[in-house]
Amino acid sequence: MLRWLIGGGREPQGLAEKSSVQTIGEEQIQNPYTELLVLKGHQDIVRFLVQIDDCRFASAGDDGIIFLWNAQTGEKLFELHGHTHKITAIAPFSSSDASEEKKHLILTASADRTVIVWDCTSGRQVQRVSCFHSTVKCLTVLQRLDVWLSGGSDLCVWNRKLDLLCKTSHLTDAGISALIELPKNCVAAAVGKELIIFRLLASNDRSEGWNVLEVKRLVDHQDSILSLASVNDLTFVTGSHVGELIVWDALDWTKQASECNFWDSSVHPDVQPEIKLSQSPNETSIQHLTSDEECVFAAVGKGIYVYNLQMKRVIACQRTAHDSSVLHIEKLPNRQLISCSEDGSVRIWELREKQQLPAEPIPTGFFNMWGFGRANKQANQAAKKMQENTPMYFLELVGDLIGHSSAVQMFLYFGELGLATCSADHLIILWKDGERESRLRSLTLFQKLAQNGDLQLKF
Amino acid sequence: MISAPDVVAFTREEELEDELCSEPPLPEEYSVPLFPFASHGANPWAKVASSKFTRDFILISEFSEQVGPQPLLTIPDDAKVSGTFDLNYFSLRIMSVDYQASFVGHPPGSAYPKLNFVEDSKVVLGDSKEGAFAYVHHLTLYDLEARGFVRPFCMAYISADEHKIMQQFQELSAEFSKASECLKTGNRKAFANELEKKLKDLDYTRTVLHNETEIQKKANDKGYYTTQAIEKANELASVEKSIIEHQDLLKQIRSYPYRKLKESDFHPYEPECALDQANVGCDQDLTTSEPGETHVYAHVPSYTPKLIKAKSAKCFDKKLKTLEELCDIYFFTQTLDQLHQIERTFRGDVCYLLTDQISRALLKQQSVTNFLFEDVSFLDEKPPEKQYRGCQGLSQDAVDGKCLEESPAPKVVISLGSYKSSVECVPIKMEQEIEDSQEPKMTESVTFEHQENLDYLDTDIKGSISSGESIEVLGTEKSASGLTKSESQASLPISPSPQVGRSKVGSRRTVSEDSIEVLSTCPSESLIPEDFKASYPSAINEEPYADDEEGGLRFTPKLNPDNADEQDDVSNQENLVQVDSACCIGKESPNFLEPLPDLGQKPCDEDGVVRIPPQPYRQAEQGLHGSFGGVPSHDSISGGLLPYELDSRYLTGSREVSKSSLDECSDSTSYISSAASTCSDRTPSPAHLACPASEKHKKKAGQNALRFIRQYPFAHPAIYSLLSGRTLIVLGEEEAIVKKLVTALSIFVPNCGIYAKPVKHWVTSPLHVVDFQKWKLIGLQRMVSPAGVNVLHALSRYSRYVSILDADSKTLRCPLYKGTLVSRLADHRTQIKRGSTYYMHVQSILTQLCSKAFLFTFCHHLHLPISEREPEESVVNRRMNFLKLQLGLANEDIKIVQYLAELLKLQYIQEPGQGVNPLLRFDYVPSFLYKI
Repeated sequence: MLRWLIGGGREPQGLAEKSSVQTIGEEQIQNPYTELLVLKGHQDIVRFLVQIDDCRFASAGDDGIIFLWNAQTGEKLFELHGHTHKITAIAPFSSSDASEEKKHLILTASADRTVIVWDCTSGRQVQRVSCFHSTVKCLTVLQRLDVWLSGGSDLCVWNRKLDLLCKTSHLTDAGISALIELPKNCVAAAVGKELIIFRLLASNDRSEGWNVLEVKRLVDHQDSILSLASVNDLTFVTGSHVGELIVWDALDWTKQASECNFWDSSVHPDVQPEIKLSQSPNETSIQHLTSDEECVFAAVGKGIYVYNLQMKRVIACQRTAHDSSVLHIEKLPNRQLISCSEDGSVRIWELREKQQLPAEPIPTGFFNMWGFGRANKQANQAAKKMQENTPMYFLELVGDLIGHSSAVQMFLYFGELGLATCSADHLIILWKDGERESRLRSLTLFQKLAQNGDLQLKF
Repeated sequence: MISAPDVVAFTREEELEDELCSEPPLPEEYSVPLFPFASHGANPWAKVASSKFTRDFILISEFSEQVGPQPLLTIPDDAKVSGTFDLNYFSLRIMSVDYQASFVGHPPGSAYPKLNFVEDSKVVLGDSKEGAFAYVHHLTLYDLEARGFVRPFCMAYISADEHKIMQQFQELSAEFSKASECLKTGNRKAFANELEKKLKDLDYTRTVLHNETEIQKKANDKGYYTTQAIEKANELASVEKSIIEHQDLLKQIRSYPYRKLKESDFHPYEPECALDQANVGCDQDLTTSEPGETHVYAHVPSYTPKLIKAKSAKCFDKKLKTLEELCDIYFFTQTLDQLHQIERTFRGDVCYLLTDQISRALLKQQSVTNFLFEDVSFLDEKPPEKQYRGCQGLSQDAVDGKCLEESPAPKVVISLGSYKSSVECVPIKMEQEIEDSQEPKMTESVTFEHQENLDYLDTDIKGSISSGESIEVLGTEKSASGLTKSESQASLPISPSPQVGRSKVGSRRTVSEDSIEVLSTCPSESLIPEDFKASYPSAINEEPYADDEEGGLRFTPKLNPDNADEQDDVSNQENLVQVDSACCIGKESPNFLEPLPDLGQKPCDEDGVVRIPPQPYRQAEQGLHGSFGGVPSHDSISGGLLPYELDSRYLTGSREVSKSSLDECSDSTSYISSAASTCSDRTPSPAHLACPASEKHKKKAGQNALRFIRQYPFAHPAIYSLLSGRTLIVLGEEEAIVKKLVTALSIFVPNCGIYAKPVKHWVTSPLHVVDFQKWKLIGLQRMVSPAGVNVLHALSRYSRYVSILDADSKTLRCPLYKGTLVSRLADHRTQIKRGSTYYMHVQSILTQLCSKAFLFTFCHHLHLPISEREPEESVVNRRMNFLKLQLGLANEDIKIVQYLAELLKLQYIQEPGQGVNPLLRFDYVPSFLYKI
């Protein structure tokens, strides 16, 4: 294509770089997104998208402005100004008081060391906290306890009224990079290479008071923990910068399984040569983790790996799923997986079973190699045994979405409403199913016709 | 594009087939009568043999008082046009049918010469011998040096085709009226300027004479008058009389527009902003409120008065002014432009004109689909009346008339002070004015005088009537006569509104240095009904002269120093006046200044009705009125609103457009109320006709498109890309070539809204996904530089959204097209030779396409299930069946109709307030590379 455009020999060398990235071409039958809507408003990188309810979402980024959007129409609902620096964390905070109707709030933390609570219905600032010593890097809402936590250089616990209930001592200067809720009033916080488990204890003197207590420090990771995801009530997973994936028991915080050979091609003699070429840590860092009941999906460098929790091994992978780092992945209900990357593209994958095709060389090589982990011999053997009678999987590219001109930071899947992607090019794009939209427009059209009395509808 | 068929409600499919099978007959409006001489093998478009000119032209003639009828100029200004046609003879013919009741000079019973504001007359005249038929528009212009101050002129549209003149009479009349109004406006301005100069001359002369008399008087101690002295006195008296006469004329000419505004068919000529800008410098303090008219009388500063020789006022120069000199130069060129436009508009065969008018009228009704392929300029255009007059069958005049008649009862005169619903009242006003016009005027002058002059009503100064300078006396008389009238109208409150003129003068005086400007723009003069003319000038208007004029240029000199009584009287009166006007300033100017800002915002609400909340103080209200200018305020509003109002009346048929015109109404209302003191710049352009540039553009685009089709074998997929909404990028190194291709292809691009064609002729920066949302046809520069590589990178990245036509290597990369529709649209073996013909061919096919899209869009069960339980698949099946079988579309043609349908839907469901959310629809289809 490009060669054709540039025409003949005038093309500068190295432009049409050779890439091992799988491409799909222009015919994408399974790709439902045939309509897009560009939402403009941000003036800097958009980093966060958060769903508020069925049809609304908020976006935030380096310009410090939060926008509320209608996911169906793309209408800009509110523009929330209040932060003076970039937004560092955002979390939805909906109240479920039985008495009043459901109130949708969002919490935003910014580099200006404030946290603001916004009312999504009115677009107003509800409250603002600015007593932080450092930038709050993560926010977690514990709905069950009706409190929320802010993680910076220390961990603070707040109630709905924004009263500080308790806080930990200063942890590190780098601060907490990720937080997740664990069962039994516990939270896991990723602080550099360490994973610290805190427990919230109801204080004795006051009814509403909580105390936070450090329970355990887990130091199994060799490098800083980048991603933290909860799988179910019993397990959670962490991923580090050098590509270690550890599956933890959520109750006793022990290591259930670990996988750290994502990058180590030396173990696998049959791996293709070009993969060996560059192995900078960046290529193997686990940027994002997501999971369903069976599997953990890891965005590792440019690739995507599917780790089966039962089999304790990687069952499928796409080593170079994108041209550069994958920033966010998400599993869809229909066995599909969406990933977005620094290369500005969003790709839709489908996890498929491989029908007895053992002869195919490359995937087999891949699958085999992940089985041999240093961690756990038993699991290895079990996996090896299973390999004979269990189906093999592969990730097939079913579509890609090209629209952004810069890194796609995050996306939000809205089911049949579509997909919202945000990017460093300051834009948010709403990807929609063209067929569905067309039908909806027809519906609106006939409603309007009936309303105007332009046409007598005969049903 | 005209022929979108009416929607047929059908329930069974057989019926539908029947409907589609039977060709509908040609609509009645299109049946052009057969050419009577067709049997002789004559070309119906051949020139009528007897005519001596080659094409239609416009002739301006004058009935000169010195040489009789003479031709002045022709449009186009080309000797070839008129050929051997005898313009002199024809001028005689057309000037001899002037039915204007040109009554000039001193009417019986009037002391002063009276200007006659005659209507233009419009006649059709034929001269079968010459083979010439003409629409003749007579008008009179004012010239101070002419007999009776008037110069008769006429503008004639001369054509060899009698039918054209007869059938286009309404249109011609409307257009010529505009031109005439423009010319006359300019003439009035020039005339007023001339009068002002003359007045200064006279003033100066009088001063000189007066001084001379004084000197003589001093020198003369014999106690009797010498003949010389008597002569001087007579001369002085005649100068005095002349001054009064000229002042009267000046007042008459200025009062003209306000009187005319009340007539429904009067369209004040609105000058363009350029003039406003130019004038702002000198009349910033001239806060005139009447749009378009008053400010053009801006006083020309730095005029040195000349001494007028005795009798010179009576004898005029033998060289008459030319038409150009008679008219303000700006208006003169405007008029010429307008006439040129008329010539261009009515050029060509009458059946073409008729068809064009009919199609336009029909198109107006296709409000759902017409945005797709029609000219933006055409859609933007304010629907002129002529479009409805053009075809009686479709005319809504009757309806409109009814509308006007049935409007609720007006709030006539009593509501003078309240602006509520003045907008609604407008159409009624137009009719009511005929009977009522006198009344409001009365009230105004009545109360005006009543309030201001009541104090000295009783003073016995009647004796001074004879002197001519004791204006107050006359003023009193006026007020007295006014009072009786006001008493006779018991229902009329003594409304504060007539204070207008006065407050205006008062406040103006505080800011204005130049007293003459004050005088010349004081609109209160225009309020004075004809009956009171004799009493002019009024004390207030006189006042600034007395105050500000320097040296001996006093307007009220002590003429008869011997008469002590009179002198006393005069000085007494002067005092009175000064006190009065001073108190007027003190009282009114703060009010005038203060309430204006907030009132400016308040009065307009969304209904387009001006609401003015009741004011606690009467003065505040007066201030408001002051801001509206000295004219009867409701008239000023109705005058300003007239064009809009008419528009919305004419548009009652089309909901959307009438909505928009309602918006305009509210805009204009708010404009009037908030910005009344500034000059009008938001007035509608008088030119309603399609801009000729677009006609040229069509021709050129058609020609280029024709060339494209013949040159490029892959024209079909390229056009398919455009029609199906896939952005086509024309890539090339040379701007001219790319732009030419873009122009050619632009005729195939459906509009996404009514705003502008989504065509970008030339881009040099890398494209982005947003661009494909906005533009459907882009000319892109190919550069060899690194920047150019970026451009190409972006292009290859977004290649799935675009088709790329490489103008340099003559290749096209786009999806496959296997349909049949485009081949009809763009047949490379077409016999069509002319660009404009091809353009029309394209338009007609696209219209067909539009009607298909319309049918498809608005068939309910093609998109939505008939019953609740019906699965989506069966709807899809039905839809595809309809597209394939009923609409006869094959393969990719379906996508075209689907895309157009999407556009129709978007346009229809769009809420008026917010714009269409630009969305990009695309398909994942493979592209192919086409080469020559």
